[in-house]
Formats: sequence, structure tokens, C-alpha cells
Amino acid sequence: MTPSASLLAILQQTILDVIPIAAVLIGFQVLVLRRRIADLGRVLLGFVYVILGLAFFLKGLDQALFPLGKLMAAQLTDPEFLSGVAGPLLEVRWQDYYAVYLFAFCIGFATTIAEPSLIAVAMKAEQVSAGAIRVTGLRIAVALGVAVGIALGTFRIVTGTPLEHYIIAGYVIVLIQTIFVPRGIVPLAYDSGGVTTSTVTVPLVAALGLGLAANVPGRSPALDGFGLIAFASLFPIMSVLGYAQIGEWARRRRLRQLEQSNADTKG
Amino acid sequence: MKAQLLAFFLTARGSLRDLAPIFIVILFFQLAVLQQPIPDLVDLLSGALMVVIGLTLFVMGLQMGLFPIGESMAHNLARKGNLFWLLAFAFTLGFSTTVAEPALIAVAGEAAVVAAQAGLIDAGDEARQAYANNLRLTVALAVGAAILLGVIRIIKGWPLHYLVIAGYLGVVALTPFAPPEMIGIAYDAGGVTTSTITVPLVTALGVGLASTIKGRNPVVDGFGLIAFASLTPMIFVMSYGIMLT
Repeated sequence: MTPSASLLAILQQTILDVIPIAAVLIGFQVLVLRRRIADLGRVLLGFVYVILGLAFFLKGLDQALFPLGKLMAAQLTDPEFLSGVAGPLLEVRWQDYYAVYLFAFCIGFATTIAEPSLIAVAMKAEQVSAGAIRVTGLRIAVALGVAVGIALGTFRIVTGTPLEHYIIAGYVIVLIQTIFVPRGIVPLAYDSGGVTTSTVTVPLVAALGLGLAANVPGRSPALDGFGLIAFASLFPIMSVLGYAQIGEWARRRRLRQLEQSNADTKG
Repeated sequence: MKAQLLAFFLTARGSLRDLAPIFIVILFFQLAVLQQPIPDLVDLLSGALMVVIGLTLFVMGLQMGLFPIGESMAHNLARKGNLFWLLAFAFTLGFSTTVAEPALIAVAGEAAVVAAQAGLIDAGDEARQAYANNLRLTVALAVGAAILLGVIRIIKGWPLHYLVIAGYLGVVALTPFAPPEMIGIAYDAGGVTTSTITVPLVTALGVGLASTIKGRNPVVDGFGLIAFASLTPMIFVMSYGIMLT
């Protein structure tokens, strides 16, 4: 397949994906609202940009990053790389897989920073909060959450512990955090769990999980290969809540110091 | 035209910065940890260029097309004052964007293979196809229901965390009864459903509604739709699994 042909194929696929969404939007606009869209030309041009942009983005990822990323996921989980000798591993020691955890952390962070849906939500959040929530701060907080989540997820696959224990423990932590954070950040934090796992993260992370489950002795791809996405959607909630909590503490401390210095000058 | 070009270059600079980490990580692990050469440098560079152009166009299109249309529809439907059409819009948007989602189609296919191996369904092609389709339908219904519920929440002004906590309890309560082969897929289904085009539209819908309805704050009430959309598929898929056994 020539590169241009497959770009065309991806473009076709992207258009197919957009059709149901466009049908719903147009259907409601024409049948229910019965009014013209303001600035129709600009909106349509925007849709063309979105479709073209996604097609280029996916084609580029497919050509440059995914093959390399998947190859690396396979190489890093290869028993020969881990033990230094050829042949299957006899016993699983979770410490031997440190390069996998490190890779999981780095790739989780890097893919999340590049995730288009997260960029969209962060832009909207900065806009409606009048700049109180910063695009960069939010994205770094989410990316750190995904990084820790995926690293822990690979540890779970290596050790073969049940997924639901981690997720339920995570829920408990989220609940406790929810009690203490400022109300305004809660919906955004809960949302950031869902937006992180999209176009860039899912293919790379799924390859890592399935590769790991296939190579670690005693794990089956069917039972243990899934679940990384669940980690990647839970941990950003904690990190964004934590980010808000740290911000709140810093604010209170400054306030106390200010009161203290005011009291001092009065006394 | 000139303004568009300028906007393109300004956005491209941001895209370049966004994409730098991913290239650094891949190159570092390939060269320093694995100590392997880069297989095809020309492909890598041209691919990287396409990724940058793609992300740039996407971000521009977001601000010109997806955000304005999502918000103006939310405003207009809320002003019309017809609750039925607003809720119908919410459900249809969630359902239709999910049922055709490529990531979901892929995951449902893999899940069918796993289920057949585990003896949960018959091994034949027909049974697998039916199972994959049912799974997709289940997840799409879940997302439709999630956006619907989320819109009701914005209208009523309920606090999000009570509903999410109730959802978590639902997930925890269903887990022991669901077939073990389906738990991983059910937990993952929440994450894969929200696609790159759905997220901006749904976010714009929520924020648009919250800023139109009196007494609602766009930050506190406008977000949270995605949170529901990643929670309900877990509950729906596990319920479907329980029904199968």
C-alpha cells in the first residue's frame, strides 16, 4: 500500500465515523430547532479541519509511532531482554520488569500530553473558569495520573493480582479525596478520567498490556491483558483532585501567613 | 486567508510542544534502553510531520466547528424549553457516536473471542458476531443513558459526586456476580467509548447548558457528562454478562 492510498483510506474511515454525529446534529437542527446555524461557513470549515486533522494525525501515528511503540512493548517484555539469556523465564520476579514499569510510566505521560480530547477539555475548562484552571497545569496533572496508573497496571499484570481489588481501592481513595477538595474541581476531575484514553493512548497501551500478558509466564492475554485502560481512567481522577488539594493548601497557608503578619503589625 | 495561515502556525507551535514528549520517550527507549537502531528514519520523520499537521488542524477545527455548534445547539434547545427534545438530543448524541466507534468495534471483537474461549457463548462465528453486536449495543445504550442522566443532573443542579459514588457502588456490587472473563472488558469499556470527536461536542453541550440555565455555574455544573459516560458502560456490560450466565 502506498502512503497516499492509506491516507485516503483513513480519511474515508474518519468521514464514516463523523457521519452519525453529523446526522444527529443536522437532524436536530433542521427538524427540531428549525433555524439556520450562525456562521455556517466557518462551522463547516471547522468540521473539514477536524476531519482532515484527525486523518493526518492517525496516519502519522500509524506510520511513525505505533509500529515502533508496539515493537518496543514486545521487546521490553521479551524474556531474553529481561534475563539476559535466551529461553523462557522459569520464575517471575516482579523486580525484573523495572524497565517495563519505567516505559509504562513514560509512555502514559507522553501519550496523554498529546491526547486531542484532553486538549479540548482543558481549553474549555480554562475558558469557563476565566483562567483559574490552567490548560498546562491540568494536562500535566492528568498525564501524571495516567503515568502512575499504567505503571501500576503493568505491575498488576506481572504479579497477576485481581484487577477489581486495585480499582475498588482506587474508588475508596477518590471518595475520601472528594470530601476534602473544593467543590468546583470535582466534576472536571471526574471527567478527566474518561477523556484521557483516546486516539493516542489506547493503541499503545493495549499493545503493552497484551504483549506483557503473553510473555509473562502464567498470565493469559484474555484474562490479564485487559484492564490497563481502566487504570488509565481511574488514576487521573486522583491526580487532578490531588492537584486541586495542593493548590487549596497553598492558598490557605498564604492566607494564614497574611493574617499572621497583619496581627503582628497590629500588636 | 492570511489570518488562517497565522493561526495555523501559532497552533502548530503548540502542537509541536505537545508531541515532543512522545517522540523523546520513544527515541530514548529505542536508543538508550533497548539499544536498537531506528528502523525507518524517513517514515518516522514524515509520519511525525503528519501528526503535527493533523493535531494543528484538529485544534483549529475544534474552535471553529465543534465547540460553537455544540454550544449553540445546547443554548437553542434549552431556550426552546422543550425538555423532551433536549433529552432526546442527549440520548441520541451519546448512542449514535458510540455505536459506530472504531475502538469499541475492535474491543467488542476481541471480547467475543475471549468469551468463546471461556465457554460463555458458543464457539461458532455466528454466536461470536451476535455477542460482539450485543456488547456494542449495550455500551452505546449505556453512553446514551449516561448523557441523558447527565443533562437531567445539569437541569436539576444535583451534585455530581453523589451520583458518581452511587455508580461506583453499583460497579462494586455487580463485580462479584459478573462472569470473571467479562470484568476486564467491562472495566475497560468505560474508557474506550469516549472518542476524540464526541468529547469536545459533549463538553460543549454540558458547558453550553450550564451557562444557559439560570443558577448553574459552567465550571461546577457544566462538566461531568464524560464522567457518567465512562461509568455507566461498566454497569451495563456487567449486567449483560450476568444476564448471559
